[in-house]
Amino acid sequence: MAEQVSAGPASHEALTEEEHAAMDRASAGISRNHRHETPLLSVQLTYGVPRTDVYGECDPEELHLQVEFTLTQRRNVLFGPSGSGKTTLLRLLAGLLQPASGSIVLGGLTLTGTAAGVALPPGRRSIGYVTQEPALFPHLSVEANIAFGLHGLPRSVRRARVSGLLETFALESLACRMPLRLSGGERQRVALARALAPEPALLLLDEPFTGLDVPLRERTTLALERYLEARDTLVLAVSHDVAEVYASGAEVLLLEAGRIAAQGPAHQVLAPHRERLLRQLGAAALADPRLSGSGGG
Amino acid sequence: MLGHGVGLALGAWLPLWQVDTQALWLTLRLAAITTMILLLIAVPLAGWLTLERRPGANSPGGRRLRSLVETVAMLPLVLPPTVLGFYLLVLLGPHTGVGRVLTGLIGHPLAFSFGGLVVGSVLYSLPFALQPLTAGFAQVRPELLEASALLGAGRLRTLYAVVLPLARRSLLAAAVLSFTHTIGEFGVVLMLGGDIPGRTRTLSIALLDQVQDANYTAANQTALLLLAGSALVLMVVYWGNPRGVVNQWQNRWTPRKTTSPDREARLG
Repeated sequence: MAEQVSAGPASHEALTEEEHAAMDRASAGISRNHRHETPLLSVQLTYGVPRTDVYGECDPEELHLQVEFTLTQRRNVLFGPSGSGKTTLLRLLAGLLQPASGSIVLGGLTLTGTAAGVALPPGRRSIGYVTQEPALFPHLSVEANIAFGLHGLPRSVRRARVSGLLETFALESLACRMPLRLSGGERQRVALARALAPEPALLLLDEPFTGLDVPLRERTTLALERYLEARDTLVLAVSHDVAEVYASGAEVLLLEAGRIAAQGPAHQVLAPHRERLLRQLGAAALADPRLSGSGGG
Repeated sequence: MLGHGVGLALGAWLPLWQVDTQALWLTLRLAAITTMILLLIAVPLAGWLTLERRPGANSPGGRRLRSLVETVAMLPLVLPPTVLGFYLLVLLGPHTGVGRVLTGLIGHPLAFSFGGLVVGSVLYSLPFALQPLTAGFAQVRPELLEASALLGAGRLRTLYAVVLPLARRSLLAAAVLSFTHTIGEFGVVLMLGGDIPGRTRTLSIALLDQVQDANYTAANQTALLLLAGSALVLMVVYWGNPRGVVNQWQNRWTPRKTTSPDREARLG
């Protein structure tokens, strides 16, 4: 008890500081998040086999994913407790995993269609994917990493894209640096720039900023949003940070145990699940006033 | 007078060089050609064996095909060289279908020819090229292969732009092992090539001849040359890679300068 009391004010302060920037982004985000008539992405797939074990006591080992959803807005957040299948879903979308059955249609283009035997390779899906741990090519400079996906484009285009992205993510001074000599935040920005370089139609973010401290995360998110403003890139970002989800003003997909439990604006989707989310997320979320349900607007 | 003296001196010294120069040249040529062909074969083969990430590649069928190919490629490691030489001799001789087709193509059967030696050497040294490459390729983090695929690189580009630069130590190890192993080859060469001076007599065969002729001076020189050559190659390689090559098949990318401990701590 005593520990909780002493920890309370500190975490509260941190949150209110974060809130300021978050709220600004929220208001900007909502106005930007137009709803489109035609689905930008429609997904309907199953992955893995539900395993019934003979003793009926243990949970099945493997995740069984069965999802069906369409995205009609540009900014989307995939929210869910760990182990709910968020990363698996992203990997299925990216083509790194193949579903047991189902289809993925991105802007009219079928990426995966098990009925017709369609399975576009990851590189031809126009998808940018930034993982939690940035997998930069260690033998290539920052510049060469960003340019990797621009193979085959004219030199002038490659130059323009790379220098534009270096500027967007404040990496100009690091252009010739090798990835091993970068800090964690710098690495994530390079990974982001590299994924954006081929100008993907869909950007998948698997909590790439989790390891960064709050100011750095804010700055990177801001740089990303500014970059995306001029483009109609569809974004699906994984998060289990409640404050971030509220702040983003994005459409929320709630994924639980391999199923889409709810979809809609944050206050609609997350409020009814408050009790369960609090239990799953632990004490950190208790201090967040927005999860009380009254804060939703 | 002076010219006569020089001639005498040379005449006195030259017999000391009793190594079969023709065999030496042929051996080096055989090793160089074999190494080049082996790298061309082993790099894509190692890539196929270790890097295949396509859906279905890990199906039981795919795995079985891969282990079958790997078994065949690794067989020369445990097979007596004479066994391999014998089968190649039969296969590449003038009386089989393969032999007749080859005779039609190049005018003579491959057995007892330099071309036959190349074929035999490639097969015999294949495990020595393949082993370091598969070990090195398997060390490349799968996330990097995925990143490459996501950024639109096909299998070939992933191989030469990501995997080979990261496994360059393995590539060097494969080349060195192929080269030195071919130089030291004996059984296959004798079986398949016979002992034809200028065509199939390599240095290791010349050594046998010299011993059989009881010419121990020549044999000693030949043996010493082979020993020194092998040691030299390995030494150069180890100087270039202080961490070693043969035992450092688990090559991971290392920065030119190591990061200081406090920096690593900050990066966590």
